[in-house]
Amino acid sequence: MAFEGLADRLQSTMKKITGKGKVSEQDVKEMTREVRLALLEADVNFKVVKDLIKRIKERAVGQEVMESLTPGQQVIKVVKEELSELMGGEQSKIATAERPPTVIMMAGLQGAGKTTTSGKLANHLRKKYNRSPLLVAADVYRPAAIDQLETVGQQLGMPVFSKGTDANPVDIAKEALEQAKEANNDYVIIDTAGRLHVDEDLMDELQQIKTAITPDEIFLVVDAMTGQDAINVADSFNDQLDISGVVLTKLDGDTRGGAALSIRAVTGKPIKFAGMGEKLDQLEPFHPEGMASRILGMGDVLSLIEKAETNVSEKQAKELEEKMRTASFTFDDFLEQMGQVKNMGPLEDIMSMIPGANKMKGLKNAQIDEKQLVYVEAIIQSMTKKERQDPSIINASRKKRIAKGSGTSVSQVNRLLKQFSEMKKMMKQMTGGQKGKKGKGMNLPFM
Amino acid sequence: MGFMDKLKNKFKQNEEETEDVSKKYKKGMEKTRNSFSGKINDLIARYRKVDEDFFEELEEVLIAADVGINTVMDLVDELKMEAKRQKIKDSSEIKDVISEKLVEMYYGDDDEKIEKLNLQEDDLSIILVVGVNGVGKTTSIGKLAYQLQQEGKNVLLAAGDTFRAGAIEQLDVWGERAGVDVIKQSEGSDPAAVIFDGIKAAKSRNADVLICDTAGRLQNKVNLMNELAKVKRVIEREVPGAPHDVLLALDATTGQNALSQAKTFAEATDVSGIILTKLDGTAKGGIVLAIRNELEIPVKFVGLGEKIEDLQPFDAHAFVYGLFADLLEDGAE
Repeated sequence: MAFEGLADRLQSTMKKITGKGKVSEQDVKEMTREVRLALLEADVNFKVVKDLIKRIKERAVGQEVMESLTPGQQVIKVVKEELSELMGGEQSKIATAERPPTVIMMAGLQGAGKTTTSGKLANHLRKKYNRSPLLVAADVYRPAAIDQLETVGQQLGMPVFSKGTDANPVDIAKEALEQAKEANNDYVIIDTAGRLHVDEDLMDELQQIKTAITPDEIFLVVDAMTGQDAINVADSFNDQLDISGVVLTKLDGDTRGGAALSIRAVTGKPIKFAGMGEKLDQLEPFHPEGMASRILGMGDVLSLIEKAETNVSEKQAKELEEKMRTASFTFDDFLEQMGQVKNMGPLEDIMSMIPGANKMKGLKNAQIDEKQLVYVEAIIQSMTKKERQDPSIINASRKKRIAKGSGTSVSQVNRLLKQFSEMKKMMKQMTGGQKGKKGKGMNLPFM
Repeated sequence: MGFMDKLKNKFKQNEEETEDVSKKYKKGMEKTRNSFSGKINDLIARYRKVDEDFFEELEEVLIAADVGINTVMDLVDELKMEAKRQKIKDSSEIKDVISEKLVEMYYGDDDEKIEKLNLQEDDLSIILVVGVNGVGKTTSIGKLAYQLQQEGKNVLLAAGDTFRAGAIEQLDVWGERAGVDVIKQSEGSDPAAVIFDGIKAAKSRNADVLICDTAGRLQNKVNLMNELAKVKRVIEREVPGAPHDVLLALDATTGQNALSQAKTFAEATDVSGIILTKLDGTAKGGIVLAIRNELEIPVKFVGLGEKIEDLQPFDAHAFVYGLFADLLEDGAE
């Protein structure tokens, strides 16, 4: 599918900018356009995107990005910061009523996953806080909804309160509360029927339940795959019920989950939990940070940037870029680079953090063998200063000497020389703004 | 005769029948229509001129309908060209072109036939229904069974969702409502075995149509998708040429992930059509255009409510009519 993460998207724009020294306002405009597309593809509501882009542009046109060495990465950083701020911090606490039972009411559209989530929450409360919840089957409309909750209760070995499909959900809720008090259930989780936010009668019913039992928590359950409409759904439910939090379900799918951002933006309420599978223990506290990355489709590029930032000084990076551009990159530089990369941690980790790295030709099945790097280092260290500066002088007898000195073979030396010259070619393409099809790499200091 | 007149005539021709359908669409999609065509009307009122700003905002209206960014950009590009070609400068003239393009884009080289079920004359037809969790597979099957039953078909259901708690009971209730039998085993049994039983029963009872329910599954769960492919293979083996239709149930509120769903389910089970469910909310279901555009899978049915008769055959003209009803009514004359 044509989904690209933000990092991928920014790459072509970045290629144009790299080596330019300074970034123009037009460049920033192009970059924010890519940001906009990435967010829209991730299903973030277009109004939310609009606001975000405005703020991002302001910051980007300011010094932060334009004077930065790595504008593309700075844009990603700014975007991520804005997103993280919007998403807020982690909040997965569940309220506890002063006088038990604590009442939790679940609400949402049809098929969002309320019943499954009710079971998961009950399980979570028991496992993590040693509580004894009562599940309440208040969905009297959908065929077999009560059966479903009863089965879930059985699987968990937890009590389920139900009165069949003829009872009124408000009465069910009230009676359930009474029973919970008698049976010493300290939590009551009310599973309500799925309903459209524009269905006035059914929304009214939810309000009646709310008035009758004054829940301590009202969770809106939302499917993570929801599109632009998420904003309308969340807004209506929040407006009519004043929800206390959100549970985002089906997050184990491959959706970007932009709905999360829309919901936050429109309700300001925290997303507390994420449904991560069909099993009843697959409920996790929601991590806003990770969500921002996911929406942008960028693996963990941010931590990579941070790593690079702390390990490579600006001056070093600038010099390197200059060398790459003028193709005066030598084996000495290569050695230095290797040292820096090593400082960043195991290579495989680093590779896994680069978005699209596994899609890159040549890198796809590249087994990164750290031992090989030791040989590479030894080979380079066995070269004379002159050879490191200008590998073209390395003839057959020099190769033999280098191989001997490094404890490797001539063919290993040859391989490294070949790789090095190819790498230089690639650098030229990447930094020279040529349309090299290989120039797909990030502008990371070690590539 | 302009496009809008043609559309209008189409609706006038079979007044009784079509009136009903279009009313359903109109009612079901009232919110959609209000916001969608309302926005386009706003847009047209605000912009007398067809210029960059106009197109930019049109792009937004379409994005808000979940049409999908690629499709939107294609569409807007085409509209720009069309506006240039026809020398349209005034925004009131372009609305005809907008809906014309939408319908045209939807059908491509095909026609309404793509919306019909591939039912066999005098022989067993098997319909497999697939989709992610919570989209409304079981409900849609109940409605579809009722509809086919009403048409005089002898329908049988197979409860292939043996995983989700309460799924078999749910299908049972729908079977009762529709007045059709349900072939089932206990929860946790092998879905392929249930479907196999269903086929055997359908053959021995001389059923016309067997509709097979399956458990909801997210498309990135490889094992579950393989399980689904196996179910399909069992059907293929037992009845050559079957399944005659594989319907993907798709929630209209779904965003861009619907494309990924359609693509992956199509790879596993060769999806022949879509049931677009929950279109009676405010969700626009615009992703249907993108799916049709990129994967050539047509919509066959639309779910417009929770009642048993709330499943309508999809009709792109009616769909667009629903979206553009206001425009049609105060435009055209």
